[in-house]
Amino acid sequence: MTDSKYFTTTKKGEIFELKAELNSDKKEKKKEAVKKVIASMTVGKDVSALFPDVVNCMQTDNLELKKLVYLYLMNYAKSQPDMAIMAVNTFVKDCEDPNPLIRALAVRTMGCIRVDKITEYLCEPLRKCLKDEDPYVRKTAAVCVAKLHDINAQLVEDQGFLDTLKDLISDSNPMVVANAVAALSEIAESHPNSNLLDLNPQTINKLLTALNECTEWGQIFILDCLANYMPRDDRESQSICERVTPRLSHANSAVVLSAVKVLMKFMEMLPKDLDYYGTLLKKLAPPLVTLLSAEPELQYVALRNINLIVQKRPEILKHEMKVFFVKYNDPIYVKLEKLDIMIRLASQANIAQVLAELKEYATEVDVDFVRKAVRAIGRCAIKVEQSAERCVSTLLDLIQTKVNYVVQEAIVVIKDIFRKYPNKYESVIATLCENLDSLDEPEARAAMIWIVGEYAERIDNADELLESFLEGFHDESTQVQLQLLTAIVKLFLKKPTETQELVQQVLSLATQDSDNPDLRDRGYIYWRLLSTDPVAAKEVVLAEKPLISEETDLIEPTLLEELICHIGTLASVYHKPPSAFVEGSRGVQHKKLTARAGSGESAESPDVGLSGPSEAPPAVIPSQGDLLGDLLNLDLAPPTATVPSVQPSMQMGAMDLLGGGLDSLMGDESDTLGGDIGGSPSMGGGLGVAPAAMPAALGGAPAVGGGLGDLFDLSGGVGMPTGSYVAPKTVWLPAMKAKGLEISGTFARRGGIIQMDLSLTNKAMSVMTDFAIQFNRNSFGLAPAGPLQVLTPLSPNQTIDVSLPLSTSGPVMKMEPLNNLQVAVKNNIDVFYFSCQYPISMIFVEDGKMERQVFLATWKDIPNDNEALFQIKDIHLNSDAASNKLQGSNIFTIAKRTVEGQDMLYLSVKLTNGIWVLAEMRIQTGNPNYTEMELSIKCRAPEVSPFVFQCYELVLKN
Amino acid sequence: MIHSLFLINNAGDLFLEKHWKSVISRSVCDYFFEAREKAVEPDNVPPVIRTPHHYLINIYREKIFFVSVIQTEVPPLFVIEFLHRVAETFQDYFGECSETTIKDNVVIVYELLEEMLDNGFPLATESNILKELIRPPTILRSMVNTITGSSNVGETLPTGQLSTIPWRRAGVKYTNNEAYFDVVEEIDAILDKSGTTVFAEIQGVIEACVKLSGMPDLSLSFMNPRLLDDVSFHPCVRYKRWESERVISFIPPDGNFQLMSYHISAQNLVAIPVYVKQNISFFETGSSGRMDITVGPKQTMGKTVECLVVTVHMPKVVLSANLNATQGTYNYDPVTKILVWDIGKLNPQKLPNLKGSLSLQSGAPKPEENPSLNIDLKIQQLAISGLKVNRLDMYGEKYKPFKGVKYVTKAGKFQVRT
Repeated sequence: MTDSKYFTTTKKGEIFELKAELNSDKKEKKKEAVKKVIASMTVGKDVSALFPDVVNCMQTDNLELKKLVYLYLMNYAKSQPDMAIMAVNTFVKDCEDPNPLIRALAVRTMGCIRVDKITEYLCEPLRKCLKDEDPYVRKTAAVCVAKLHDINAQLVEDQGFLDTLKDLISDSNPMVVANAVAALSEIAESHPNSNLLDLNPQTINKLLTALNECTEWGQIFILDCLANYMPRDDRESQSICERVTPRLSHANSAVVLSAVKVLMKFMEMLPKDLDYYGTLLKKLAPPLVTLLSAEPELQYVALRNINLIVQKRPEILKHEMKVFFVKYNDPIYVKLEKLDIMIRLASQANIAQVLAELKEYATEVDVDFVRKAVRAIGRCAIKVEQSAERCVSTLLDLIQTKVNYVVQEAIVVIKDIFRKYPNKYESVIATLCENLDSLDEPEARAAMIWIVGEYAERIDNADELLESFLEGFHDESTQVQLQLLTAIVKLFLKKPTETQELVQQVLSLATQDSDNPDLRDRGYIYWRLLSTDPVAAKEVVLAEKPLISEETDLIEPTLLEELICHIGTLASVYHKPPSAFVEGSRGVQHKKLTARAGSGESAESPDVGLSGPSEAPPAVIPSQGDLLGDLLNLDLAPPTATVPSVQPSMQMGAMDLLGGGLDSLMGDESDTLGGDIGGSPSMGGGLGVAPAAMPAALGGAPAVGGGLGDLFDLSGGVGMPTGSYVAPKTVWLPAMKAKGLEISGTFARRGGIIQMDLSLTNKAMSVMTDFAIQFNRNSFGLAPAGPLQVLTPLSPNQTIDVSLPLSTSGPVMKMEPLNNLQVAVKNNIDVFYFSCQYPISMIFVEDGKMERQVFLATWKDIPNDNEALFQIKDIHLNSDAASNKLQGSNIFTIAKRTVEGQDMLYLSVKLTNGIWVLAEMRIQTGNPNYTEMELSIKCRAPEVSPFVFQCYELVLKN
Repeated sequence: MIHSLFLINNAGDLFLEKHWKSVISRSVCDYFFEAREKAVEPDNVPPVIRTPHHYLINIYREKIFFVSVIQTEVPPLFVIEFLHRVAETFQDYFGECSETTIKDNVVIVYELLEEMLDNGFPLATESNILKELIRPPTILRSMVNTITGSSNVGETLPTGQLSTIPWRRAGVKYTNNEAYFDVVEEIDAILDKSGTTVFAEIQGVIEACVKLSGMPDLSLSFMNPRLLDDVSFHPCVRYKRWESERVISFIPPDGNFQLMSYHISAQNLVAIPVYVKQNISFFETGSSGRMDITVGPKQTMGKTVECLVVTVHMPKVVLSANLNATQGTYNYDPVTKILVWDIGKLNPQKLPNLKGSLSLQSGAPKPEENPSLNIDLKIQQLAISGLKVNRLDMYGEKYKPFKGVKYVTKAGKFQVRT
């Protein structure tokens, strides 16, 4: 007697037969029929035609039958909404049933019926169930709120269910608490700024109590929620850590990993010299190791996370190298991850072991794995200097095996070793050259060509070798072509006498016969260099290259910090910020590790961003996707800095330009170095070779920085009416978007100084401190001229008014609209972004009165195309009053003329960046009731005209 | 949370789908099939697959892929753990977790899945509670049901679900009260060519079978609890007692459960019970090779090694093996290229040996990779770490239970490189 019998009826009249059975009088037959229907449903057959018949079976005392009907309803209600209404009555009745199991079942099922009409009927029963005496019903109802929110968010808010749900966090039953947290977290995901989970010490305490008593799944929800909390001080962090630590011994690996996340995050706030800190570090290792003895799928996720953890805190697992040794029957995805972590943990102490293992792996069957193992040997050589020699000899051994892909990988990594340790291992070049013919992969070919070019003076037949590659030049991939070009030019510079023909050949191949612009450009640059100044060419092409840094594959620090806050999530599996996910990004809040105030570590992050362009470039060039991460960095600048410069972002632009453009221009070996090394060495190369290119690059930076601007634009600025003197303050950053911090403000120009008047209001429950402010680059280079002076902590419900003097000496980037200003404000809680628009009259300077002659000349000089005409209506001012009013805003009247009953005013304005804006204003004086002004504005930068006009209008109207 | 679940068999047929929220088209599984194809071996399918609108998180158990669909940021481990729980529940209910049993019990499967998740949130995953809600099928019950018309769904609220000990149901009654514990240790090890241990660790679990009436409160102590520094407990164990006294104190679930697992990685504590002397070589010419394997006892603590099996994954070019075993039988499968030598009991006086020649595909070059040996074995009445249970005390109930502890050591991932 098995259920497979339900699948056997595949005859044509099946539906008809079922219909008859469903309407049978016999209970047993009915139930069997419903079971058949469910069975068909599970395999994807369409049995929706039976809807009314199945619903008729719903009114029954038989719990199993009821459940089966419910199952059916959930599946098909959507497609038959009108029919589904029929079921509502039974649901409502069941919600009143004396048996809590029935009550819970009813409310649970109702929530799963995704039909709008039904949701309306659901509200009342749900409200009752949320307050039910039985915790089983309450916890089911809590989840139901999340379901309802998914269907109709507005309804849930209107009905006040969210507040009821928040109250459930204080429920006496731990399971109810856990489900309430789970439901709130899910709802919060679609409302990123809604402060739904307003965590304060009291709620945290409740959560921690519930943590001990609820189910494993509940523990995961609670731990994930705890991870969002920001403890007030290190004592609180320690006490939370103490209460979370026992979760590390849980049998459920998801609980363990969530606990690890909480600990990794809160640990950051503990003083390093604390005994407890050391204890905690020790406690973290065993559970992580245990995760690796679980099923392979669990291992995979664990390994991806461990990869982050060892980058952040290598000390935790430094003695556990052996657990990462690869086993023969590990799935490939586990093998590759283990290998990665082995290299991260490699140190002088364990390098012998690691190398022995890697050599073993290099003889395995799986090609991908073998390749990665060979590459790993190279990375070890670069990472652990003492082992370099051993690594090289291991690689040579592997080359001797003559296994094609092993040889190719080995050559690629040996090239990197040469770059790291110049003039040390060149003796092996001969061996490498023996394998020239077997190289068929572009990366390996390019690496080999680089080696030949770089060491041309030591290889007797370098010209022959390179010439042999040249024969099939057009069939090679771009990577190889570029490399070949560079290598031959190097060869020529080293041995000019014998290779003239060769170099001409390659230059003509690159410039005349190629469609690839990169190749052509590089070819032309070499050509011109060689023909105009061979000495300079030598300096450029054969310049000493900076050593490659030891670990270029590390995750960029800000991203790493963010990922550490997301341990155990998909983000941590993909090593990408949560914002990079398509669906999950509906509302992602950027999380950041908060270091203990004043601890050494907090200074680390700004370093990354602030290192000047003259310093060695940071090892990792953040890709476009990481720009946001770097913005975070920017805001970490200590609030005491006198001019919190926006330089980091400037530099970003410069770096991008260098990374993207320069290296292909200067193109030493940049392109081929790709792979493991990443872009950074090539950039270093570019910098070293041509420092003169820097200013140009910086000059061009704003254009590149566009990406950065775009990011800011997303924040959708709250527009500010462009006021004349001082516009009333408007809310720039609503509290909802900034975890309780509300910022309103306006701009004023007082005594020649632009001031940003801000009101900061704390609408959160906790005290806010450590305020700092920073602007993005903007059209007129506005920048804070001093730090944001919020000296006392801002307690809840307190408002503080600050005036921030601004200078116009900051970096410039054209914004859209022109007067848009993007601002980042930081406090102890987070960094918040908003944008506002300043009236352009803020940047009208006091000495803006032009000489009459100059005015005339300039007016004539500016082409008529640049003239813009505007009309200002409903102005009840005569020309003198207007002139006076305008003067208050640094708009100066140069001359006045009366023509045919109209007053003509000639006005001038000078902007902070030296741009003059001239205007001719025509005022109708004839009719005092109806005054219309015509304004024609001329300026060399016509894009400012509309904004200047706005100012005129506002000044005159107020 | 978890949106949907698809069950897919090894042949790529989707044979069951369950949606906890809105219905997601099964076409989403095309991304899975793509990954499945790319992975060649079913074991190698990556556990997390990204699609444009969803994430597919899957596990592979008993030749079935459990593919779950998620749409928002959900901890992947949470999903994987849950999927394992589903597989275990099927195993628990139907004796085995296979396509056939799932199809045979499709309605129960559906009911179970419905009880295990609500809107993607786990609801009841403890086997004790599930069994109260939905009774497992037995031949007797299905006969009784047919005759009396009663159902296999529980009529009452599962009591345990609400108490502070959700894992135990109330009102348990047995005529024979008994509590048995199995200490099972598995040795994971990698030995290199010369027999030196590259890596070794012990994965231990204590499986319990507790059939005690009422609400017994047990505490289990060890002779040498210091061995255990990396432990994971069943939720019933009071962690504080363990921290302070190194005693495992708990109110047990009813029936079979895993009390704890532990992990011993300190190299000096991991004894390697056998050694393997092997020589596998391939000749440059003649398309042949030789093989010679001997297994002998090493640190067995005076116990007998049983169920000894040596498995060799041969290179692809090995066509057949012509060998002679002094003990046990060998079998070479030319399709999977796996050689299995089933030795049985290890006799220290007369060491088992397997020797002979291998023939390779003619003309093929000598294989590059070295085959790897996997060892399986079992030692009764021994926990290789030396862990020993001291005593088991029961509080809270008056009767005197039967108590028993068994030890067994097995080889886990025990690998010898050649």
